[in-house]
Amino acid sequence: MQKEKILKLPSRIESVEKAAHEAEEFARQNGFGDEVLFAVDMAVRESVANAVKHGNKLDETKSVEITFFSSTVGFEITIRDFGAGFEVEEIPDPTNPENLLKATGRGILFMRSFMDEVEWTNHAEGGTVVKMLKKR
Amino acid sequence: MAELNITERQAGDVTILDMNGKVTIGEGSVALRTTIRRLLGEGKNKILLNLSGVGYVDSSGIGEFVSSFTAVNKEGGTLKLLKLTQKIQDLLAITKLLTVFDVFEEESEALSSYN
Repeated sequence: MQKEKILKLPSRIESVEKAAHEAEEFARQNGFGDEVLFAVDMAVRESVANAVKHGNKLDETKSVEITFFSSTVGFEITIRDFGAGFEVEEIPDPTNPENLLKATGRGILFMRSFMDEVEWTNHAEGGTVVKMLKKR
Repeated sequence: MAELNITERQAGDVTILDMNGKVTIGEGSVALRTTIRRLLGEGKNKILLNLSGVGYVDSSGIGEFVSSFTAVNKEGGTLKLLKLTQKIQDLLAITKLLTVFDVFEEESEALSSYN
């Protein structure tokens, strides 16, 4: 059984589907159930989409680095982009009445809603790293 | 096969879009946007999205529902949702959009609400 999988994908929208597919395959190989699969799928899609669009700004010379790790605790995901970074606290709450009709800004809410732990850090050599955990 | 298939039918002055597939970043969201723009261009502004065949929506898809809703409103029309799966209902609850959209289980009930 493969306990860790590392992917390096180009900054294009198609990478979202590719990453989600790889996550599903990895989750099934490691015996995760449907609830984990759904959460991981959602979190991978949202975080890779953020990395591609907002982090790397669709610059195909920059990649998105993805690691899946299976442990007794759960399914761990790390996504790194090579963009300018951001402060997660500065992202407006999409559930505030004033933001309800905005077309964007719900990805982070979904990641936090479906995963047990989500943490953003700025990488020492640039870019943003998001680490997520879904418990078994 | 396309990520999202949209079939259009008319019930009086209400246009029903039977959607099948995924409304996600990229193709699925663009397909919905293009269809809504075309309908508004044709003066059709009473729109019902039948989501019974939509198994998956991401934040981009939810955003597209919101964009469609505001675009239709701007044209003096109404966009409503029909037959949400449990997962989509959960996403609309998390985002507090169940307070924004009119949601129906039965098509007949949805259609009569336009009058």
